[in-house]
Amino acid sequence: MAKKIETDELTGEIVTPNIEPGATAHYKPNLAAQEHNESLGFPGSKIEGWEEKAIGRMGELLSKYRSLKVYMDTCVRCGSCADKCHYFLGTGDPNNMPVARQELMRKVYRRYFTPGGKLLPGLSGAEDMTGKMLDEWFSYFHQCSQCRRCSVYCPFGIDTAEVSMAARDIMNSVGVGQKYCNEVLGKVLDVGNNLGMEKPALANTLEFLEEDVEEESGVAVRYPLDEVGAEVLLIAPSADFFSSPHIEGFTGYGKVFHEAGVSWTVSSYASEFANFGMFVGNFETMRKVAQRIVDAARELKVKRIIVGECGHAWRVGYSFWNTLTGPFDFLDPKHRTPTHICEFTLDLIKRGVIRLDKSANDDLNVTFHDSCNVARGSRMGDKPGGQFDIPRELIRSVCNNFVEMDQDTIREFTYCCGGGGGLLTDELMELRVKGAMPRAQALHEVMERNGVNTMAMICAICKAQFTKVLPSYGIGMDVVASVHQLVSNAIILGGNRGV
Amino acid sequence: MSGLSALSLVYIALCYGAAAVFITGLVVKFYGYAATPAPLKIPTTPAPTTVPGVIARLAGEALFFTSLFKGNKWTWAGGYLFHATLALALLRHLRYFLVPVPDIVAMAGPPGVWAGALMTLAVVYLYMRRMTVDRTRSISLFADYFALALIGLIGLTGLIMKFAIRTDVTAVKGFIMGIVTFHPVNIPPDILFLVHLPWRWF
Ligand code: SF4
Ligand code: SF4
Repeated sequence: MAKKIETDELTGEIVTPNIEPGATAHYKPNLAAQEHNESLGFPGSKIEGWEEKAIGRMGELLSKYRSLKVYMDTCVRCGSCADKCHYFLGTGDPNNMPVARQELMRKVYRRYFTPGGKLLPGLSGAEDMTGKMLDEWFSYFHQCSQCRRCSVYCPFGIDTAEVSMAARDIMNSVGVGQKYCNEVLGKVLDVGNNLGMEKPALANTLEFLEEDVEEESGVAVRYPLDEVGAEVLLIAPSADFFSSPHIEGFTGYGKVFHEAGVSWTVSSYASEFANFGMFVGNFETMRKVAQRIVDAARELKVKRIIVGECGHAWRVGYSFWNTLTGPFDFLDPKHRTPTHICEFTLDLIKRGVIRLDKSANDDLNVTFHDSCNVARGSRMGDKPGGQFDIPRELIRSVCNNFVEMDQDTIREFTYCCGGGGGLLTDELMELRVKGAMPRAQALHEVMERNGVNTMAMICAICKAQFTKVLPSYGIGMDVVASVHQLVSNAIILGGNRGV
Repeated sequence: MSGLSALSLVYIALCYGAAAVFITGLVVKFYGYAATPAPLKIPTTPAPTTVPGVIARLAGEALFFTSLFKGNKWTWAGGYLFHATLALALLRHLRYFLVPVPDIVAMAGPPGVWAGALMTLAVVYLYMRRMTVDRTRSISLFADYFALALIGLIGLTGLIMKFAIRTDVTAVKGFIMGIVTFHPVNIPPDILFLVHLPWRWF
């Protein structure tokens, strides 16, 4: 990076800034190229008469999603959400207050869909859909990571994430797409993963991993690809195949299956758990990405689907898959679809199937970062709050040293890493760094006070984002860890007692 | 309808007009929401998994504003005081709409008066807060201030009628019963009451 990004000093305190209008109006992602828009069925570039088309699409969404309609109507501008967004806290730009972000759409909604806004736009805060408005939309609806933190504090439960999704869908419908998301979606729909990694490359990676693990542990752990008839289809975010610390987690999944004696396979056709269809707010795109997984599961004749550590994708899997591509009656009904790898591993540990040496993690002092979409958009296990308790229980069962960060920054109140929602792209680096401020403060506090040196997490985006931005705060990227990396460290290979 | 003054006719028309707009608006909105699908499961989690759990969550939000409490204690305190006192004051006002006056409404009489006073103070507080915190100031619309100002004015005129320049309560009740029973009569020409009444129109 050429320019050093200004960051707040780490004090352990998250301070609400004074507002600074326009502070981040110049932050914008790159526009998607024609081919990427068209590959998703959107117009290649901004169309003639886009204003009218955009309003038309907005009307369609309002008639398809009750949530959007209610959210457009009910806000009373109480300000409860205003200081809850990490991007507002990090930048001070008032348009990054969730309520103001929503207002960008609500102004247009009032103008075209309410009697007051049609008759007296001035008095009711209604505005026309203009080029300037579209610019603001493109900028600020791409400064929302769709983390839902604001919705926790809203007396009406208004979820700005839903509003951002709708806005992005409207923009896509008139040919104003975001490059990063649309490019990634093109790749996953074409090749099967967000990286565009073809089968031979994937096969190589897995082979290499097998050699690595055997060399290190002396045990031949398998990392199978496209094996028909395996019991489990493992769907991981594709970053798990090569990034660090993702791959250390992926290594852990393999060891768990090995020790459980459960046959499993990765699919080259559906080698991606991430589903950016959610980020661009498009039902059909989201469904298509999810459909590949169902097709792969049928093709490979597996009995169950287990998924790896990925935050937004877990939300899609847990909350949406059934609507998008269900029912999953061709799988073994004994198991929940999808099953999270953390649920799977913890269950094996509890039943004593896996043997552990916790002391292998004794050099680590661990804290856990709740990923936003897992925390506020999903569940795990049978009980409310299982999404918080299961990963923690798993960490505690493989590590001796565990510390929580500040109450207001964990569980349902967790702060987004700053890179979610399709913003994990270089041109938004300044935003990403500033948006990570709240988490960096809370982490700093436990590093100073409790000597924490490891922050574990279960999301590929969080891992990629933190390794990239924490150094701007003077925190080394080696604090970032996968939960299954800790499992991988502690697991005693060779017991292989079977389920 | 003979014998109604021009002033009364205007107020009577506004009363019915406001009621009609209010009811139609509610019905249209509710029907609109009910008729719109909700294809994806999107409750903010951790969410309850049982029906009683869902009812408890909703009741907590509706009766105690739990999310607002998490979000901002000061706004919660002002807002809660306002809504609770408004409810009590409204309960007290049912005495003008019902014959005979039910016990619970009669009982709400004395505290209802104090509730009216507290409510007016709460409105002033909420108004000041909206205006002075830079975040809320930057998002507030004309309508947000207007609603507060209007309610404040209603509270204030109500209090004046109670404590200072007392209005002819029997005539007021007569007028309101006339409206409620669709046999409108003349409105008492008391300027304070004329200002106090319009709450329904908004
Ligand atoms: S908390 Fe909800 S009602 Fe209050 S300003 Fe934010 S979105 Fe609007
Ligand atoms: S969803 Fe998250 S990123 Fe978006 S406005 Fe709300 S708090 Fe901010």
